[in-house]
Amino acid sequence: MDLSDKISKQVLTTKLDTLIKWSRKHSLWPMPFGTACCAIELMAVLASRYDLARFGAEAIRFSPRQSDLMIVAGRVCIKMMPVLQRIYLQMPEPKWVIAMGACASSGGVFDTYSVIQGIDNFMPVDVYIPGCPPRPEAIIESVLAIQEQISGERQEI
Amino acid sequence: MEVHLTPKSKHEIAEHQRQTAGRLRARFPESVLDQKEFRDEITIIVKSGDILEIAAFLRDTPELLYRHLSDITCVDCLNLGTERGRFAVVYQFYSFKYGDRIRLKAFVPENAAHIDSLVPLWRTADWLEREVFDMFGVVFRNHPDLRRILMPEDSEHFPLRKDYPLTGLGERESFPYVTRDGRIIEKSRSSRAR
Repeated sequence: MDLSDKISKQVLTTKLDTLIKWSRKHSLWPMPFGTACCAIELMAVLASRYDLARFGAEAIRFSPRQSDLMIVAGRVCIKMMPVLQRIYLQMPEPKWVIAMGACASSGGVFDTYSVIQGIDNFMPVDVYIPGCPPRPEAIIESVLAIQEQISGERQEI
Repeated sequence: MEVHLTPKSKHEIAEHQRQTAGRLRARFPESVLDQKEFRDEITIIVKSGDILEIAAFLRDTPELLYRHLSDITCVDCLNLGTERGRFAVVYQFYSFKYGDRIRLKAFVPENAAHIDSLVPLWRTADWLEREVFDMFGVVFRNHPDLRRILMPEDSEHFPLRKDYPLTGLGERESFPYVTRDGRIIEKSRSSRAR
């Protein structure tokens, strides 16, 4: 058998950029910034019934240094916002942020002095999930949306 | 110590509360200003200056033994036309021995919003009073550590006061913007003024 014939069946040529994006998108390491009931729903997504591991994002890391996707799940109060910003700054690049639920996206029903009216006032957000709290399917959809952003199939929202 | 495990009827509890109020009036005729009864619950309004003595009496008198301070809170009576003062500091006591609760109210005026701390009698008053201070700005005299407990330490306002707007005075807008590449952009507070 010819050597070149053998190689063509086992080697795939691609652009390095595409390869890196492909590996990134299927190995997201989320950092859960859970402050309220949304975090409970987030736990359900990670458990066996919905199983976020199917999309390569099951390696939950509670250290920002080891994660590249922050999921802000719940309301953020004025005392927590500096913490959130600091944790975001500590994440290595590239990094993405999901604002999960009505509170993280807009303040939700908590239009009060102590609750941030949408974290996107003070930091970048890539995907917003509506709902109070969102269903696990919606969270999976948001992870898929992040994956599409990573691979360049969808423009930043 | 004998403990009543069977729940008493509302009527029995109210009767015991009335007795408590009677004892208080007998012991502190000058300090007990008023007594209100609503749905078998009795509130005793007392002079704010004597709260420490009254609480000690409630705690230590063998017929009362309100050994448990369950809560301290406050009501801002702004625009309610209360003559006794703007803030009503509310104390909830519970007697393990007799299974009874009693509520004390002490009014303090806005220009002299201070009252004696109950920390010498109950350690739990520490955080309860800090919360009242944090939310209403009522100062507790002789409190060992009267700092804010819920709000950020650099807060300037007392948010549960009725003249403080529900959406705040711009506190929730006063943060810089952090960018994806790690820059911190300070926003001027006036540009985001509501």
